[in-house]
Amino acid sequence: MRRIRRMHVLVAAVAVALCVPASGVSGGNNGMLASVGKTEGKLNLIAWEGYTQPQWVKPFQKATGCQVHAKYGGSSDEMVTLMRTGQYDAVSASGDASLRLIYGKDVRAIDPKLVPDFENFIGPLKSPPHNTVGGVHYGISLQWGPNTLLWNTKKVKPAPTSWGALYDKKFKGKVTVPDNPIQIADAALYLSKKDPSLRIADPYELNSKQFKATVDLLKKQHPLVKKYWGAAADEISLFKNGDAVIGASWPYQTNTLKADKTPVRDTIPKEGATGWADTWMVSSHAKHPNCAVRWIQWVSTPKVQAQQAVYFGETPANKKACKLMGKAACHQYHADAPTSYFNRIKFWKTPTSDCGNGHKDCMDYTKWQQAWTDIKG
Amino acid sequence: MSSPAIDAGRPPWAARRRLSAALWRRPWLKGLLLLLPPLGWMAVFYLAALAVLFTSAFWSVDAFTGKLTHVWTLTNFHAIFQDPTYRRIAFRTIAMAALVTLTDALIAFPFAYFMARIAPPRWRTVMFVLVLLPLWSSYLARIYAWRLILAHDGVLNWSLAKIGLPATNIAFTNTAMWIVFSYIWLPFMILPVYAALERIPDSYVEASRDLGAGGFTTLRRVILPLALPGVVAGSIFTFSLTLGDYITPSLVGNTDFIGNVVYRNVLGLTNNLPFAAAYATVPLVVMAAYLLLAKRSGAFEAL
Repeated sequence: MRRIRRMHVLVAAVAVALCVPASGVSGGNNGMLASVGKTEGKLNLIAWEGYTQPQWVKPFQKATGCQVHAKYGGSSDEMVTLMRTGQYDAVSASGDASLRLIYGKDVRAIDPKLVPDFENFIGPLKSPPHNTVGGVHYGISLQWGPNTLLWNTKKVKPAPTSWGALYDKKFKGKVTVPDNPIQIADAALYLSKKDPSLRIADPYELNSKQFKATVDLLKKQHPLVKKYWGAAADEISLFKNGDAVIGASWPYQTNTLKADKTPVRDTIPKEGATGWADTWMVSSHAKHPNCAVRWIQWVSTPKVQAQQAVYFGETPANKKACKLMGKAACHQYHADAPTSYFNRIKFWKTPTSDCGNGHKDCMDYTKWQQAWTDIKG
Repeated sequence: MSSPAIDAGRPPWAARRRLSAALWRRPWLKGLLLLLPPLGWMAVFYLAALAVLFTSAFWSVDAFTGKLTHVWTLTNFHAIFQDPTYRRIAFRTIAMAALVTLTDALIAFPFAYFMARIAPPRWRTVMFVLVLLPLWSSYLARIYAWRLILAHDGVLNWSLAKIGLPATNIAFTNTAMWIVFSYIWLPFMILPVYAALERIPDSYVEASRDLGAGGFTTLRRVILPLALPGVVAGSIFTFSLTLGDYITPSLVGNTDFIGNVVYRNVLGLTNNLPFAAAYATVPLVVMAAYLLLAKRSGAFEAL
């Protein structure tokens, strides 16, 4: 028998390899959801951990007959990847994922008239640019929160009022910031106030000169950083163990650390802050679109909005949720804050080459990701 | 009632006998039948996966929608070789793997020597248990334990303060990574070195003594050369395991390894599978070269 030549195996293997990825997901329904029909009895969701708690999922299942199967996404990018498999009906996308889903034609437009509580939403979250394109809604806003400056009140005195503290050599080896390319926007926001000559109008729309200045700042920050944190629990342990005394954070970490009696405080510094705003979006491959719409209606109601805000430590989109949260919680999670508070937040969105001012020379997300690897390396 | 086979005048064992005769006449047929299932498994799950990896390394991803573009391009490899960041990360990973291997070899050799040639049998059992016991607990649990040891207010600094020494600041540094890697992979070095040392016949050592060699000369000219394949076999484990790990760097370090960049490109932040595939070929190539060198030194007989 002739021996099987290595060449034959290689050719066969390459042939197999070429066949496999070609069978991807294609097609789908991009028509606008304008009415709700009979529910399908099932609903497959991709959600952030803590967004599908039994206290509001169980009553929903009872009321609609839609059995909820939720998968937690670990990051915005994982959520985008999962949505592209076409196996899920809806996703709780953050602003840095939602536009990618819209332009990738992975989600369906939805008529806000389908959601009665839409009227009670705070103005800025009705048609925000991260889920509404050209006047068409591709999802309904859910909750939002700021990225805050967190510090140890025993070790950091006086209390910092500027993001500049994260770039201060005084805290060398004691700083922690998120391990996420979107963090570049935080530095750009700080630079937009510190160095007006750069003319940074939007921290997510940076031309090459502005981008370089921002990346240079972050490279100078690198030796000061004790640890780029990946999960919220990471940052909590860094503050508990004394490895970090100042850092960029979410309200969730502050609440957890305070409950643990660690001496910390957080603030939105004078430059303002970046933040996240999440949107429920329906997949263009959804097999259970009616259940998905019913779900969006459900999580928009004041009661569920209040439950989720308190559970997760974020701010509800529905103004009526405040009353149900109780006065203290309503204030703690900024549900009673004036619009001026909201306007200080620059919400996450996917950076694209379109600068939004007619120019097309901005750095897109791939560049951001490469720069982030570069900063950390 | 009798079966149709007997009615036809063919005893039921005839077919089996013919088959065994055919197999006897053509030995390669027997080999093929035996090897087909494992070979098929290898081809589908291992070679095909590698082929997909290599093929997709030559594709690219649309910057905004993040979808695969099936057009042949060398841009991924170009970026890896041109961009100093990726070169630095690859170099850092390989250097760490080499350093961890060296450290483990230096610690494992005396330990394995004592275990194989000096310790009485009962001690040997106890030492074996000591070496293997950590492997019974979860890898993650052990890494988190090290985080608690090395943390600013951790066990290490607490102990140092008790004996009046200044506190260290090695949490989340490359030093911390080096310590944790060396600890985690040490058993994988000790076992092959022990196996190699145990196999050296006592008569060789006695012959060396009879010929007038001192303890050190015997070690250098008899024991070490005979134990070397064991060390190289152990180094295959420590080197490749360090090269491919991304959990330890992300939990106890603060810098990226090759694996972290690959991970971030797959599920982390950009979903750039082709680039991840291209970068993943770097440790594959390094490991292939390493294995070729190891084979020359006869390490595979010591496994």
